[in-house]
Amino acid sequence: MEIAVVDYKGGNVQSVLFALERLGASATLTADPEALHRADKVLFPGEGEASSAMEALREAGLDKVLPTLTQPFLGICLGMQLLGRHSEENDTPLLGLLPFTVQRFVPDPMHKVPHMGWNNLQVLQGPLFAGLSAADHVYFVHSYYAPVGAYTTAQATHPEPFSAAVQHRNFHGVQFHTEKSGAVGTRILANFLNL
Amino acid sequence: MVKKRLIPCLDVRDGRTVKGIQFEGLRDAGDPVALAARYAREGADELVFLDITATNQRRQPLTELVRDVARVLDIPFTVGGGISTVADVEALLLSGADKVSINSAALARPELIADLARRFGSQCVVVAVDARLVEGEWQVMTRAGTVATGREAVAWCREAAELGAGELLLTSMSHDGTKSGFALELTRAVSDAVPVPVIASGGAGQPADFTAVFQEGGADAALAASIFHFNETALPTLKHYLHSAGISVRL
Repeated sequence: MEIAVVDYKGGNVQSVLFALERLGASATLTADPEALHRADKVLFPGEGEASSAMEALREAGLDKVLPTLTQPFLGICLGMQLLGRHSEENDTPLLGLLPFTVQRFVPDPMHKVPHMGWNNLQVLQGPLFAGLSAADHVYFVHSYYAPVGAYTTAQATHPEPFSAAVQHRNFHGVQFHTEKSGAVGTRILANFLNL
Repeated sequence: MVKKRLIPCLDVRDGRTVKGIQFEGLRDAGDPVALAARYAREGADELVFLDITATNQRRQPLTELVRDVARVLDIPFTVGGGISTVADVEALLLSGADKVSINSAALARPELIADLARRFGSQCVVVAVDARLVEGEWQVMTRAGTVATGREAVAWCREAAELGAGELLLTSMSHDGTKSGFALELTRAVSDAVPVPVIASGGAGQPADFTAVFQEGGADAALAASIFHFNETALPTLKHYLHSAGISVRL
């Protein structure tokens, strides 16, 4: 199986590569459209700020390439958010593959922002969450979120429900860090590789 | 809801050795990677590696350690100690660190916090604040707690958060090593003053200290070293204790 990790200087790809390595899968870090099209699975990690990430995608021509991919695709953290239509973060137009607008959490004394740490997943749907339950925790670190919608495949709360995972066709996204979520994250990553 | 986090802290020197570890059954006490893996298995929510190599020595071994840790560890970890430039941070993140902790360099050049947040995102910028109670006021100390800065702790924490810190690691030097409990009033004052999560550090001695720092101190996470290293309180025992006390933790 050929696994491609999208290379657009979008943050901590090393952790994702190591997580794949722990699963016995080897991955190629690439921005080459042909390599991305050829891969059996594509992972799209991301960290940092939305407008810089979109700028980096445009510079690499990836904003045009990613939407044309047809194999199972997994956006992680900012990589999930970039699948949406628009982000409140610096008023940024996104890839537009899913119909959500990314919004900022409003902090209160009980709910700090960034939403940072382990939270449990609720209302789990679809093949990524096979074998998991609402008692399972994953690691989040983000200040912006996608609201719950028809595309939502898992929810978490902070304090209101938001999309912990989304899906449209082959495009999956998880707001949490599968690569840093212990055995639960490893299971989700393995489920994705088995799609 | 997001859970309260327990964070063991490992001191490393020259990229390898770990200070003061007396775990039974851990053959190579000098191997921070093995210790990190053990803590992760026992339910640590994150780990912090503090490089206690003098700041003017070479940084190279630290990136090698970070790679070794990142290769095996499937929970987040933060690296701190002597980090002073954007290039330092880039090297550590590229090696697989999830977050970096800055302290003296942020006090010397607060704009470093903003530079790092812009470049890498606030989520990976932890500002460590060492505070000491002097005549009723919490003063910020620098250079491993040896030099007073004249800054008041809550004000500096607020400034750091405004500049783009994604999290604060707040250590009470007046409590550190005493095992008399965390600095509850200071932790509460900082937690109420900033929108970002606060990790409380310094003074952990027994399980009830953690209950207090989460409930009374309002901390989002608690960091400790010796209580875990010397196996006085094992992580699983502590987590079950906290769960029974009504603290929301990941079991």
